[in-house]
Amino acid sequence: MTPADKKRVLREMLFARRFEERCYEAYVERKIGGFLHLYPGQEACAQGVMEAARPGHDYVITGYRDHIHAIKCGADPKAVMAELYGKETGSSKGRGGSMHIFDVEHHFMGGYALVGGPFPLAAGIAKGLKMKGSDAISICFLGDAANNQGTFHESLNMAKVWNLPVLYVCENNLYGIGTRIDRSTAVVDQYKRVCGYDIPAVQVDGQDVEVVYQAAKTAVDHVRSGKGPYFLELMTYRYRGHSMSDSNAYRAKDEERMWSKRDPIIMLRDRLVDAGEISLDDYKAMDTEILHQIESEIIKFAEESPEPSVNELEKYVLADNDPYVRGGVR
Amino acid sequence: MAVMMYWEALQRAQDEEMTRDPLVLVMGEDVGVAGGTYKATKGLYDKYGAERVIDTPISENGFTGLAIGASFIGVRPVIEIMSVNFAWLAMDQIFNSAAKVRYMSGGQLTAPVVIRSPGGTAHQLGAQHSARMEKVFMGIAGLRVVTPSTPKQAYGMLKAAIRCNDPVFINEHELMYNMKGEVPDGDYFHPLEGSEVARPGRDVTLFGYNISVHWCLEAAEFLATHHGIDCEVVDLFTLSPLDRAGIKASVSKTHRAVIAEEAEAPVGVGSEVIAIINEECFFELDAAPLRVSARNVPIPYNHKLEKAAIPSAKDIVHAVLKMFGK
Repeated sequence: MTPADKKRVLREMLFARRFEERCYEAYVERKIGGFLHLYPGQEACAQGVMEAARPGHDYVITGYRDHIHAIKCGADPKAVMAELYGKETGSSKGRGGSMHIFDVEHHFMGGYALVGGPFPLAAGIAKGLKMKGSDAISICFLGDAANNQGTFHESLNMAKVWNLPVLYVCENNLYGIGTRIDRSTAVVDQYKRVCGYDIPAVQVDGQDVEVVYQAAKTAVDHVRSGKGPYFLELMTYRYRGHSMSDSNAYRAKDEERMWSKRDPIIMLRDRLVDAGEISLDDYKAMDTEILHQIESEIIKFAEESPEPSVNELEKYVLADNDPYVRGGVR
Repeated sequence: MAVMMYWEALQRAQDEEMTRDPLVLVMGEDVGVAGGTYKATKGLYDKYGAERVIDTPISENGFTGLAIGASFIGVRPVIEIMSVNFAWLAMDQIFNSAAKVRYMSGGQLTAPVVIRSPGGTAHQLGAQHSARMEKVFMGIAGLRVVTPSTPKQAYGMLKAAIRCNDPVFINEHELMYNMKGEVPDGDYFHPLEGSEVARPGRDVTLFGYNISVHWCLEAAEFLATHHGIDCEVVDLFTLSPLDRAGIKASVSKTHRAVIAEEAEAPVGVGSEVIAIINEECFFELDAAPLRVSARNVPIPYNHKLEKAAIPSAKDIVHAVLKMFGK
């Protein structure tokens, strides 16, 4: 990454942080309903991987902690926020909500709320890309706890047997909802579980965006070159609870303090300050500008957008007027 | 019109669609090299190769999810799930991914997969290979459920399902793959919505689907010959959505209804059809509608017990005679 890239990456990660913090406020104000799973602490994961991939060209799929992955693919943050507000202008027209952001135009194939559900879907997208002779790859972001579902093993097996262009990114934040990984999972290092499928797997620091980028570059190049699936484990930490309904009482304060010293944004910022690329004042100005953008553009758009019409409640259940439903001889 | 077996009709439909569209693929356990448990994919592996005729690991939820994911970007997968009992393992992907993705993406994505699977009681296969699951699938918004009763329907519905933009579940039956019937020679697409009158009649409507259509036809012949009762048989080839207009039209004509289903009665096709009759044409009725269905037990192994658990044409005859006070 060039110094200019690093400054952009810093800005994008700070934007991701402020966007999610503003979602928290909107949730507390009851502007956002349902479940809300936030990303602060994990920003370097999506950022670093998507720096190495081709956003908008490669296909990305993930679980319910999905706002930032969608934005990284090119989704308009205004449409993402409007979706959280349940508005017709939302990315899923208010039908999806926080856990189901979609932006198919930018190849963001959705957030799914069954833990482990996207594993085989990602392999299937990869199968389709292979059939079409595309140079795009399929990238699946999920948390460590998803690896205890059967779909993890079923999908790794099929991806290897059929040599599919899929990159599985495991954001290991050490907790499955409120249960610490060593209390639920026999092998804590997730990359070790992948060796049974003869798929290359590595574990790196998920808090250092430059480390993530370098590891992801190797991973993406491997998959894109036709060598088959790859597994990348990123060690990370989420600052908030699993969702907004989570009191976060199960984690030790020492542990939280330790991880807060490894904040992905602060680490990159300090590195850029030390290198003389930016000043702390530049950073503060960047932050102010982001906060202003979120308030004056994104929140304003979400607030002012219309809700879906109840008359269109049944729209999107099935295809409209599909000719083959009527049958006939052709 | 050529006469062919049900499995041949399915094979021909897949062969034609695979020739037409290189993005059509078939996958399932033993569909490739082995040629398919019911021969429905016979010869396709040699013709189209391993990339498009895929022998899967025994991972129903995994390979169903994989097919759904491929369908997101234009692939047209036809999944064979060897027995509908195994489809329970794939319910997460069918229910949570395929059926809901169009809605929860605000219409951006669709999952045009076809899932073929035989359900039903065959010959002493025991509780875990004999279940009927259509009642579960027909209750899922966003999923089409059809159930062909003849080779013609099997051919035409599979062709239409492959080209349809919605996910379609095709409920087949293990005992019907060798059934013979006429199939149109050219491209024929059977409707994926509606019902059809398999035998016109005046006195009572017998509603059936898939194998129970044939029980109804057998019962109708017997009742006409021995009791002078003229039964209309309506083939509910679509279970989701059920054909409200067709049900109403027939009951408004005969004023009586018996619904025959191989599955157990609770929360089933019969209860849905009776609910529709109540909603659409209650005052047309001359008698309370009756259900003929399986006993509410896991299907037993012993042949006598198995036979006793499943309804037959004879049970339909008894129900009709009871309705007419005979």
